[in-house]
Amino acid sequence: MSHNASIPHRLIGQDAPLAPSLARALFTVLWTPINRFLEWFGELGLFSWQVVRAAMRRPFEGQELLRQFDEIGSKSLPLVALAGAAIGFVLSLESRSSLVHFGAQSMLPAALVYSIIHETGPIVTGLVVSGRVGAGIGAELGSMKVTEQIDAIEASGVNPYKFLAFTRILACILVLPLLTIAADFCGVLFGWIAETLAEPVSFQRFINQGFAGSSFKDFLAPTFRTVVFGLIIGMIGCFQGMRTRGGTAGVGLSATSSVVLSSLFVILADVILVKIILVFFS
Amino acid sequence: MMPAQQQVLPVAEESAGTRVITGEKSDTPAVVLGGLHKSFGSQIVLDGIELTVESGETLAMLGRSGTGKSVLLKLIIGLEKPDSGFIRVHGQEITRLDLDALNAIRRKMGFLFQHAALYDSLSVEQNIAFPLRRHTKMTDSELRDRVMQLLSSVGMESDLKKMPSDISGGMQKRVGLARALALEPGILLLDEPTAGLDPITSGEIDELILKLQEEHDMASIVVTHDLQSAKTIADRIALLHEGNVLIEGSFEDLEKSENEFVTEFMKRDS
Repeated sequence: MSHNASIPHRLIGQDAPLAPSLARALFTVLWTPINRFLEWFGELGLFSWQVVRAAMRRPFEGQELLRQFDEIGSKSLPLVALAGAAIGFVLSLESRSSLVHFGAQSMLPAALVYSIIHETGPIVTGLVVSGRVGAGIGAELGSMKVTEQIDAIEASGVNPYKFLAFTRILACILVLPLLTIAADFCGVLFGWIAETLAEPVSFQRFINQGFAGSSFKDFLAPTFRTVVFGLIIGMIGCFQGMRTRGGTAGVGLSATSSVVLSSLFVILADVILVKIILVFFS
Repeated sequence: MMPAQQQVLPVAEESAGTRVITGEKSDTPAVVLGGLHKSFGSQIVLDGIELTVESGETLAMLGRSGTGKSVLLKLIIGLEKPDSGFIRVHGQEITRLDLDALNAIRRKMGFLFQHAALYDSLSVEQNIAFPLRRHTKMTDSELRDRVMQLLSSVGMESDLKKMPSDISGGMQKRVGLARALALEPGILLLDEPTAGLDPITSGEIDELILKLQEEHDMASIVVTHDLQSAKTIADRIALLHEGNVLIEGSFEDLEKSENEFVTEFMKRDS
């Protein structure tokens, strides 16, 4: 049997129509995900607009906001502090061996503080919170959506964009810089512990050396860029949760997509914001 | 079919006055639906439905699953928007209201969801207090008294501090009913109040609905598959079929009908 015997007759000798159909298929394959992303982005824009509009109206749901501070802030603190401490400890151990190799071990406190405050603290906090809080918000609101609790809120004349979304987003925005400060502190503290285990040094001296070349401005911009991380985590978590469809499988999907998308956008925002901070604040 | 805008114009003029009432007997029908169409994609759910519910009347909506009965309730309370047609609640056209005006209308309606839809992060007490806290200026003690009054009216006063996950389906429906009545609505919308309940609990819920209707004198629209329940609680029954009302009347009217679909539907109960 020849090679062409397995190919349907209608496809042989029809080179002219085959090329456009291949191009069309290729276009469809490439365009479908782009189209889906654009649709998602458009819906996110509409959602954001509704949240902003709802936020302008009374009442301001102070009690729910306080509850979210506790849920998002206080309950994330142990995990963020632990992550900061681990990063500080490991950075100190790893940097020490390299710096000793070059005879620059006196630079360790400054290198550690600079790296934690400028990048490691904010991004680790952003990623840890996007994992814990993003999944939590996505799953909670997703579950409320599929069990008609969000409809029940709306039916009772309460705006769910304000009561559910705005309170969570605002809590994320306000809490992220505070959690970042906690992560930075634990990172520096455990960096000092790791250093002092190898070569005893007082905490006072470690801090003085660490912050010798830094000013308050160096600390301010990197810490407050986490406001944007908070906005991303809150907005994506609420958006993915409130558009959940399809029962418990949909809830799982919302939780997962909240974490994946918020982590992705936190990393992207980090890259862009670092560039902006370098341009305007250095 | 007349375009929706043309139908709505005279109603907008009416609504410019002060025709919105709550819980009071009035000559104005509680709910009027006219030429209501609703589709989801290519699936036509409601196809020009016309229906009137008078103040103080209880209407049971029957029909096969997927005929748009629950969608109809969601349209009345503004959770869904119709493709065309009008919905008047106590004389006010609601399909083109802004959110604030729509929320003001929603406060005059109580909605019991199919699975009660209690807020699972709040206790029974907090669930019932939820609309009261947001729409009234009650003090904490007034709020507690009102919650207790509502809970005792549904026989749940001893379960104040329980979480929704700690109570049975029938109890959740009772709490849902108490929450729906919290703001003393003029219209009560009940989405399958006895679905998933055993016959005895269903009977208790029916009796409770009857008692509450007598006490509060509301217009009620009850979506149900339970013919016995419809017979017990409804003044009038409407049977939905293929996106429209096939027949409406008393339970006896439906039993006497010679329409093949109605006969088949009613036969299932006997």
